[in-house]
Amino acid sequence: MILNMGPQHPSTHGVLRLILEIDGETVLHAKPEIGYLHTGIEKTCEAKFYQQVVPLTDRIDYLCPMTNNLAYCLAVEKLLGLEIPPRAQWMRVLMNELTRINSHLVWLGTHAMDIGAMTVFLYCFREREDVLRFFEMVSGQRMMTSYFRIGGIALEPPLGFFEKVKKFADRFPGNVDEYENLLTGNPIFVGRTKGVAYLSQEDAIAMGACGPTLRGSGVDIDLRRDAPYSGYENFKFKVPVRTEGDVFARYLCRVAELRESIGIVQQALAGMPEGPIKADSPKVVLPDREKMKTQMEALIYHFKIITEGFAVPAGEVYQAVESPRGEMGYYIVSDGTANPYRVHMRAACFANLQTLEKMCVGGLIADVVAAIGSIDIVLGEIDR
Amino acid sequence: MALAPPITDIEQLKSHPALGRLVEANAALVEAVKFDREELTIWIAKESIREACAILRDLSSCPFNYLADLTCVDWYPSDPRFEVVYHLLSIPNKERVRLKARLDGSSAAIESVTSVWPAANFYEREVFDLFGVRFTGHPNLKRILMPDDWEGNPLRKDYPVEGYDRP
Repeated sequence: MILNMGPQHPSTHGVLRLILEIDGETVLHAKPEIGYLHTGIEKTCEAKFYQQVVPLTDRIDYLCPMTNNLAYCLAVEKLLGLEIPPRAQWMRVLMNELTRINSHLVWLGTHAMDIGAMTVFLYCFREREDVLRFFEMVSGQRMMTSYFRIGGIALEPPLGFFEKVKKFADRFPGNVDEYENLLTGNPIFVGRTKGVAYLSQEDAIAMGACGPTLRGSGVDIDLRRDAPYSGYENFKFKVPVRTEGDVFARYLCRVAELRESIGIVQQALAGMPEGPIKADSPKVVLPDREKMKTQMEALIYHFKIITEGFAVPAGEVYQAVESPRGEMGYYIVSDGTANPYRVHMRAACFANLQTLEKMCVGGLIADVVAAIGSIDIVLGEIDR
Repeated sequence: MALAPPITDIEQLKSHPALGRLVEANAALVEAVKFDREELTIWIAKESIREACAILRDLSSCPFNYLADLTCVDWYPSDPRFEVVYHLLSIPNKERVRLKARLDGSSAAIESVTSVWPAANFYEREVFDLFGVRFTGHPNLKRILMPDDWEGNPLRKDYPVEGYDRP
């Protein structure tokens, strides 16, 4: 029998359609159908100035806007050969780890709810709210932050920000214990996830899985450690790897990542350097408001950047960062003008989605829901 | 930080495991190279892309076992029009390399690498969908993001950003 799952289904977190071929309760084939959220962002980027693309990158993955901002900004900075001051780098790391926590909390809450554990959702969203308030403090926005700019970050964080993040970071490991109390030893949750949706190490690599999906299958890779960017080499953290390759292994990886992330947040808070938050490059970075209103030269630069953008030397770069879902890569080709010639987003979920059929075939229909939850898909990123 | 000028001399870059192995296996595979902004790009003759990918995947000292990304760039109106771009990653060695193949605009087709990395499946479908490049030997070459009855290939440079239907 052919069963159509989605595009509107509570467990697909967006609009994913799965065409399941089933025999009784057993899945024989599972074909994902995507494209319902395709908005042509890559095409739109080509018609914008480099700095105008930053808000578009928020919108491709609405759960980790800062990670996408970062990957894009790093790529353009690499094209320009721009040096970023340490304070901006550390702020970027701090915000990125908060973003990872935010994204993992949404995943944990919804994944547990898909499987039937309703309570966890409320606990997760309680802490997520705190993280969103931090986003709002620095950028004025809860979700579409656009906080990072080419050359640094948009604004100095407001007074009291670091103290509030510190309070949160001290409290958060206790919250993770709470979630784990509800799930890790819970026989129903373990029964629904252990040994379910198995993905072998060879398959995971061959099918291009990334992030916790890859690490849950025993591959020890994390771009923050293996190809450090934005000053990640200054931070100490472990990379959780599990070898079981099932839903439970991916769950354990992500929960362990929550703890590692909060460790990085603590380190970032403790060692936050003082200094400028934007690179010293007047042709690329907008001047301060104050300067713009008092100095003629700053006003001219401001006017030029806003009206004609800035030219980027011809060339191409591929910059990958470790997003909460895996390798988020930006491939940018410049032809020497102020508009990117081509922006390609290598979406982590797009790669992970390919492994779904492998995970589902031979399993039960009910486990398809667990498998989708375990790869943590965001359809905005898949369809772009 | 000033940008260093790109290096395009094969001899100077041979120490990179990917390029060294490709030249050793068959020097005719490599059309050109460029080392720019810490990234190595190798242009491969389009008939041999699958062969080159298989060689790199099976390279014992540094296996490029992971296809990180596959995409395309349209250089309309110049010819060869398309460049198919492969980003490979060696998970054990954490090395990256970029392969490129140039294609003519009139009958853009290239051999599929799905037999080397099954991961290429979705990526090649995406390039087929948005650029109209055909991949021979692909198991299921049909549109992936756009509707099946869509006309044109949106990421081509001669396709207007607003689409065709706008008055």
